[in-house]
Amino acid sequence: MNALEVKNLTKTFEVGKSLFTKGQGVKAVRGMSFDVRDGETLGIVGESGCGKSTLARMLVGLLPPSEGEIQIEGKVQDKASPREFGQMIQYVFQDPISSLNPRKTIREIMETPLKRLHGMGKAERNKRISEIFASVNLRDEFLTRYPHEFSGGQAQRIGIARALAAAARILILDEPVSALDVSVQAQVLNLLADLKKEFGLTYLFISHDLAVVEAVSDRVMVLYFGAIVEVGPADAIFKHAKHPYTKLLADSAPVVGRSLEAPKQKADELPDPLNPPKGCPFAKRCIYATDICTTTDPALTEMGDDHFAACHNPIKG
Amino acid sequence: MIQFFKLLFRNRLAGLGAVVLSVIVLLALFTPLLPLPNPNITATGDRFLPPFSEGHLLGTDHLGRDLLSRLMWGTRLSLAVGAAAALIAAFIGSTIGIVAGFLGGRTDNVIMRLVDMLMAFPYILLALAIVAALGPGLINALFAVAAVNIPFFARNIRGVTVGLANKEFVDAARLSGMSNLQIILFEILPNVLPVIVIAMSTTVGWMILETAGLSFLGLGSQPPQADLGSMLGEARAALITSPHTSIVPGIMIFLIVMSINLLGDGVRDAIDPRLKSGALSRPLPATIVERDSTPPVPSDDLLALQDLRTEFHVGDRTYKAVGGVSLKVNKGECLGIIGESGSGKSVTALSVMGLVASPPGKIVGGAVSFQGHDLVGASYDELRELRGDRVAYIFQDPLSTLHPLYKVGDQLIEAMQAHRKMPEKEARARAVELLESVRIPNAARRVDNYPHEMSGGMRQRVSIAMALANEPDVIIADEPTTALDVTVQAQILTLLDDLRRERDLAIVFITHDFGVVAQLCDRVAVMYAGRIVEEGPTAAILDDPQHPYTKRLMACVPELGGGKRELHAIPGLPPAVDRLPQGCAFAPRCNFAQDVCKQGDIELEANGDRAVRCLFPDKVSQTEVTS
Amino acid sequence: MAAYILKRLISAIPVLFGITLIVFLIMAMIPGDPATAILGAYATPENVAKINKDLGLDAPLFQRYFIWLGNMLTGDFGRSYSLNRPVLDEILDRFSATLILAGTSFVLCALIGILAGVISAARQYGWADKAITFTVLIGISIPSFFLGMVMILIFAVRLRWFPVSGMYAIYGGGDLPDLLNHLVMPAIALAAVATGVVARMSRSAMLEVLRQDYIRTARAKGVHERKVILGHALKSAMVTIIPVLGIQAGFVLSGAVYIEMVFQWPGVGRMLVDAILKRDILLVQGGVVFVAACYVLFNIVVDVAQSLLDPRIKS
Repeated sequence: MNALEVKNLTKTFEVGKSLFTKGQGVKAVRGMSFDVRDGETLGIVGESGCGKSTLARMLVGLLPPSEGEIQIEGKVQDKASPREFGQMIQYVFQDPISSLNPRKTIREIMETPLKRLHGMGKAERNKRISEIFASVNLRDEFLTRYPHEFSGGQAQRIGIARALAAAARILILDEPVSALDVSVQAQVLNLLADLKKEFGLTYLFISHDLAVVEAVSDRVMVLYFGAIVEVGPADAIFKHAKHPYTKLLADSAPVVGRSLEAPKQKADELPDPLNPPKGCPFAKRCIYATDICTTTDPALTEMGDDHFAACHNPIKG
Repeated sequence: MIQFFKLLFRNRLAGLGAVVLSVIVLLALFTPLLPLPNPNITATGDRFLPPFSEGHLLGTDHLGRDLLSRLMWGTRLSLAVGAAAALIAAFIGSTIGIVAGFLGGRTDNVIMRLVDMLMAFPYILLALAIVAALGPGLINALFAVAAVNIPFFARNIRGVTVGLANKEFVDAARLSGMSNLQIILFEILPNVLPVIVIAMSTTVGWMILETAGLSFLGLGSQPPQADLGSMLGEARAALITSPHTSIVPGIMIFLIVMSINLLGDGVRDAIDPRLKSGALSRPLPATIVERDSTPPVPSDDLLALQDLRTEFHVGDRTYKAVGGVSLKVNKGECLGIIGESGSGKSVTALSVMGLVASPPGKIVGGAVSFQGHDLVGASYDELRELRGDRVAYIFQDPLSTLHPLYKVGDQLIEAMQAHRKMPEKEARARAVELLESVRIPNAARRVDNYPHEMSGGMRQRVSIAMALANEPDVIIADEPTTALDVTVQAQILTLLDDLRRERDLAIVFITHDFGVVAQLCDRVAVMYAGRIVEEGPTAAILDDPQHPYTKRLMACVPELGGGKRELHAIPGLPPAVDRLPQGCAFAPRCNFAQDVCKQGDIELEANGDRAVRCLFPDKVSQTEVTS
Repeated sequence: MAAYILKRLISAIPVLFGITLIVFLIMAMIPGDPATAILGAYATPENVAKINKDLGLDAPLFQRYFIWLGNMLTGDFGRSYSLNRPVLDEILDRFSATLILAGTSFVLCALIGILAGVISAARQYGWADKAITFTVLIGISIPSFFLGMVMILIFAVRLRWFPVSGMYAIYGGGDLPDLLNHLVMPAIALAAVATGVVARMSRSAMLEVLRQDYIRTARAKGVHERKVILGHALKSAMVTIIPVLGIQAGFVLSGAVYIEMVFQWPGVGRMLVDAILKRDILLVQGGVVFVAACYVLFNIVVDVAQSLLDPRIKS
């Protein structure tokens, strides 16, 4: 069974709306369909403006989708309700400090999901908190402190602990290490890997850092301009990219031992969301683009073993 | 809480305000118990007695009433009415603000439009209209003053609430199963309360003034009852003949309002966390220099840092951000400085041209020698002439480092004209040329853009063009690509590399990314806890790191192409630079560390073209990293 | 630019309607028979009949509002019963006096306040900063009506530098020097508080801006410090200061009510207070709407100035 199934998920924001004028619809997420398999880590990469945060917020029920369907563990979620979603799917935020209320103790923060989602009594809560804290390598004495007393890495552990407290089996990790120092990132990534094994979790790992995504994911999904351009196994998607955008990303990442040369592209500006192009949104930048690319938006098609891309002129090999 | 009062009373003026205000409030509270004559007993025979008359310490008013007694009762009334108005306004206004800010959308829109309309009145007009409708009287004046201050609270608190409602912890609370009402009460309110307290402490003085004002106009308290305002109003007729009847209540209002203002400022400063770190100080034009030792002799290199030490003094703490750094860079060379946040790499870069924010920053030792001159001891004018002319900077986030209100062309022109006279037309042509040289398409048109009209990559190109404007000898680039997307980063790095080769530039490139260093830099220095731990040619260091920190840092960063794998994390945290351990700063996290590592200073030992600050480099070099 | 001004003007229309509605609703709170309440002491039977006819007071509330609004739009603000002349004529006469007083004070508070704030920030913790901070503290704590009275005692009664009160000398006055002579004290007394507030806000705005990254960039370019402060920093700080000026204009207008009382200045504020005490409701209603409308228009000027300064606003 799939942990998560998403069908034609779309989010349109209205911008420029005032009391008198009707706003213009801007699609932040343009009809995404994908599955997340039970127990896997699905990496999601994309640059700013690709819609990854909007997608994540819809998946946890913080934002109602404009169209489409979300199915969590076989159950269709017809209305966005963080309370209902929260027992099945949880969120770990990018900025660990601002995801903790500065005026609450860590114990109060940890107790909330146990009390509100699971209605546990006091003794039971304390026991559970101790268990969770042990599994994220935090000491119980931290519970009486306030968030500002912690380093970024510790705060992120607390954020993870809170997500675990809700006892959800799917976690959305939204850039969970990008606010952390390099030497601390690995600690948190390894902790996440251990927790996944221990509790049989499923992860959606969102990041802009290709190397990190590759290192932690089973499959990777590449987003561009609110749509999926490529999904495939983590060990193949960057090495044997089918979509020119994925290749551009992979070639742009600075790698020791590769000479410095900006990969070729025709332009470097994203399409205007207020005035989306007809056809493939990447066509303007793409060196492989042909006539059809400017008229028809390509659909996601299978192009290899468990490997899909949305491109009229996929890269061979 | 104890800390709050400590902070509050460290501010002596706030302490003074608190003392004056408490005396006045206490006196007002105990007025009924004091042996004062009845304030409303008239004695026409004793009209306008001067102060210090027998039985009337402050004299009497136009009806022969005891001024001291009237003053005390009036103060009591004024304080009560002002405080009540403040409480009413704060409660209603804050409730409106929180609801509007939290719910957002249409509710917010409608409420805020109403508030805007109320704020479209000069406040007294609204108060006058309310009093006109309800009729003169103290309670009506109180309502009027409270009502006209509601929009102020509503708007302020709404602003704060909107900021909080978008915070991630509110999302987290939703996902933890809290309802909107619970979130407002338990998540938002505790964070808004300090703001409400600040807003009240800054407005309660105003409200006392405003109610006094309405009474002064004869629209507030009605005779014989008197608050301070109506005392002043009644005394006005006799201003010239018996000024003391006016001056006594006037000075009391002044004292009350001033002590409240002093205390309010103190409260605001004590609550505002930015002040605790001394961050509200304005940075001086150049970093303060207080060297505690004789500076070294300047070197012949193009740019050399010699045992440079920069510290931040905050309160009684000293942060040794840069603890003795020596580096050099020559023509056509690219030197990378790599380190984590807090390693001192940016402060090192900013120290070169005295750009470290000061206070609290201070250069306390060493030298920066540029073409044989020591810049650390240089005057501001000397520094200014070199800044941007011989040594130019590129900073991290181009949106915050370009001035938002000037066109990019004007910012380029200014960079040139700061150093040489140049006719406007020529400067503009040169600005276009510069934009072309950093490959900005349509440069002639782009020159009239404001920064916000450009993408992040384009803005960073403008920053680079600005650094090139005077054909400098050295460019110091402080994480210039960290804020950019990866495809844009590749372009900017390539551009920098090309420019350096074309123009024989010396570049100091600060980053936390080994991939970037590997591609761009000839030599690299690795910083940890304010010091260089290893330095040498990039290839040599990447191939064979000899400092355990370098080695482990490289191992814990995944590199593209490695597939799914376990990472070799470094245990522990970097030390805080205000509490550096004895000996090697990395020793507590190092698995090679011996007792000797934790004693005494360890030198940066040179070995050929490399240098390493470690007692056991060979052992490090030969051992594989395992977790 | 023209498009922006037009947009702002159009958006002011609902605000102006809102103002009239708020004033109307407040006045509708008057208990009892509206005609009698409006006329107060002047409630003779024929006056009551006239008011009822003028305002259609037997009509439902919202209908009455539109009748009143329609009359105002044609310039008919009604007739003041205490002065026995059209409300609008009286307002126009009085408003020019207020405008002279408040306008002068506003210019004073803007110029001196910003200057003091900039100096204070540029010399943070220096003696100039301390002196300014202290003066500002006194300025914002002293009630303007009390300050006016103290000034009269010192400069008019004791030193005899300026006349005690009024706008023109009763005999032989009426020219500009006479006006200025009368204007000095009330204008300064009225400006004191606003100047203090503007100085404070300018100081903190400057301090905030001086910590921004683009100031460091300007310094890194080698721009001279004077230009950094007066160019880069002040320009950005003005983005914060201009709205404060807009609000302070409202405070100056408000304070004018007190100052006009203290100095017997024949302005609209004194007219309003007199009208309230005499229960001349039509005069109050008209005066409030008129002044508030002027203030709304003034705020459009402020917004336009802001948009000229900050290119991010228009887009």
